[in-house]
Amino acid sequence: MMLERRPSDPTKNRDVIISVRGVEVGFGERTILKGLDLDVYRGEILGFVGGSGQGKSVLTRAILGLVPKRAGTIQVLGQNLDDLSPEERRQLERHWGVLFQQGALFSALTVKQNIQVPMREYLHLSDRLLDELAMLKIEMVGLNPDAADKLPSELSGGMIKRAALARALALDPEIVFLDEPTSGLDPIGAGEFDDLIATLQRTLGLTVFMVTHDLDSLYSVCDRIAALGEGKILAEGPIEVMLESDHPWLRSYFHGKRARAVMAGGA
Amino acid sequence: MIVAQGTLARKPEVAIDRAGGQTTVRLSGPWTAPHAQTVESLVQEIETDAEAFPLVLDLSGVERLDTLGAWTLNRTRHEMSGKGQVDFANATPEQKILLDEAAFRDFQGPSKPRHSRVVDFLVDVGRSVAGAGRDMVGGVGFLGELIAALIRVIVHPRRFRGTAVINQLEQIAYRGVPIIVLISFLVGCIVSQQGIFQLVKFGATPFVIDLIGILVLRELGVLLTSIMVAGRSGSAFTAEIGSMKMREEIDALRVMGLDPIEVLIVPRIMALVIGLPLLTFIASIAALVGGGLTTWVYGDISPDIFLNRLRAAVSLNTFLVGMIKAPFMALVIGIIATLEGLAVEGSAESLGRHVTSSVVKAIFMVIVLDGVFAMFFAAINY
Repeated sequence: MMLERRPSDPTKNRDVIISVRGVEVGFGERTILKGLDLDVYRGEILGFVGGSGQGKSVLTRAILGLVPKRAGTIQVLGQNLDDLSPEERRQLERHWGVLFQQGALFSALTVKQNIQVPMREYLHLSDRLLDELAMLKIEMVGLNPDAADKLPSELSGGMIKRAALARALALDPEIVFLDEPTSGLDPIGAGEFDDLIATLQRTLGLTVFMVTHDLDSLYSVCDRIAALGEGKILAEGPIEVMLESDHPWLRSYFHGKRARAVMAGGA
Repeated sequence: MIVAQGTLARKPEVAIDRAGGQTTVRLSGPWTAPHAQTVESLVQEIETDAEAFPLVLDLSGVERLDTLGAWTLNRTRHEMSGKGQVDFANATPEQKILLDEAAFRDFQGPSKPRHSRVVDFLVDVGRSVAGAGRDMVGGVGFLGELIAALIRVIVHPRRFRGTAVINQLEQIAYRGVPIIVLISFLVGCIVSQQGIFQLVKFGATPFVIDLIGILVLRELGVLLTSIMVAGRSGSAFTAEIGSMKMREEIDALRVMGLDPIEVLIVPRIMALVIGLPLLTFIASIAALVGGGLTTWVYGDISPDIFLNRLRAAVSLNTFLVGMIKAPFMALVIGIIATLEGLAVEGSAESLGRHVTSSVVKAIFMVIVLDGVFAMFFAAINY
């Protein structure tokens, strides 16, 4: 699995699609992110790791505008999020898709209707095209066409993740945020999901920002990894950089018992 | 990189060239979702204008292509394939991958057979009758389970959950007192005011006291209380039990060897059966006070006369008719609320649906039961 990774240095000659500078986020007395800097490059799959409660989800939510930040700037597609008018922000939001950890499918709507929600909101499509495109997305994420008319409560965990991914891809976004996409899936399902993300990333030219704990995902699909700790980025770079780091948390994360098992299996 | 502002300004275009016995369609501009309407009308144009085949779709001028563009092009190609050969040309490697990914496939499954409206209506009626029958059977079965659980608790008094019952009593009875007193008081006022307005025409104003006394004690007190409790506590039961079911908490109880009926439902229903008569009593008194005040203000009947006349008008059995009904109302509300709660499935929507139907069914059954009791008491001359 390790050998399949594309040998490229994404930091060279590639435009920055998300740029986070000096971001501080806190709740009450507690500061969670303390002046964090991070760049995400166009067309890469960035794996974002960190211990529980370190603020991985907080950073994602800050970029998405769901959590207010105290200081710093966030630029997405070259635009500073703080400077945007509501209309410009709407325009920007159609360029990203989000897969929430629990899927966040609307429980009153079928899978197909869920995928059509953003399409109806942003695009002027004929009913026929609306149906066909939703079915196309359902097939692209590897769901059976029968699932189209099912309600989220009738789906298994893996199917919910796939359906939620289809909804995230509904508008052909440039950036996809994935919050622990493989959590709660069995290893085979998780592996398939990783492959799916890699395939879609290649075909649709996506930039993927993936919060994950799954060492398999980090080894098999991520181009670059950023590790979060103490409110800052501890290290970033390909897996090799992570393995060489001396930071105690990174050592125990990437050289622990579970990590060795993944390496042995991958190499 | 600015958000595709350059491409938003431009529109997708086609140029059709019919040279050398074949048609070349040069596509240009962005073939993406924001331009869906233009894309759709353009492919329509290509389909109608295409006469000479083979036809080549030249993608060299296409700036951006997404799944929408790729899909519509593939669909057009498929639809023209009956007339002659259609090929793509000059697609970049990325565009080729996308075109393959969005290759045409038929999504039209076997269409469902359509029935006439009459048949649909009859099917609907049949289903609801069968559903009502199932509800009845389910209710009776559940009543049996409940009684069995009650007997178990009586046989093993240590399994009786006193704290839970007291807690539920606080929620159902104690915290419900203000609203139930207020509503009953107001209804008592309104009924007696209207009674005075009508009876004064016959010079029979004092009879309003008989009217109020009998109506409130026999019917209104218990009915108003039951309807309020169905709305306040019945909905709360369904929501609590339903969300516990949704989050597998009921299964967790079961695997710990605890009986959910004994732990969750018996205390609630016992609290209802104790609390509802208490509330009925309070509600009746509040309605009588309201009626007394109104007769004083509108009918010039002093409280002394009101009380004297009331004592003559009602007897103990007038009061008991109302009180006897209360525990049965409580049982009906409790059983419907718990059954609906246990019927909740995975989604939040299902929870909402069952809470609504719990309240509607409970109020309906309370009124039906009251009617049955009215006939029963009339038959035995009580």
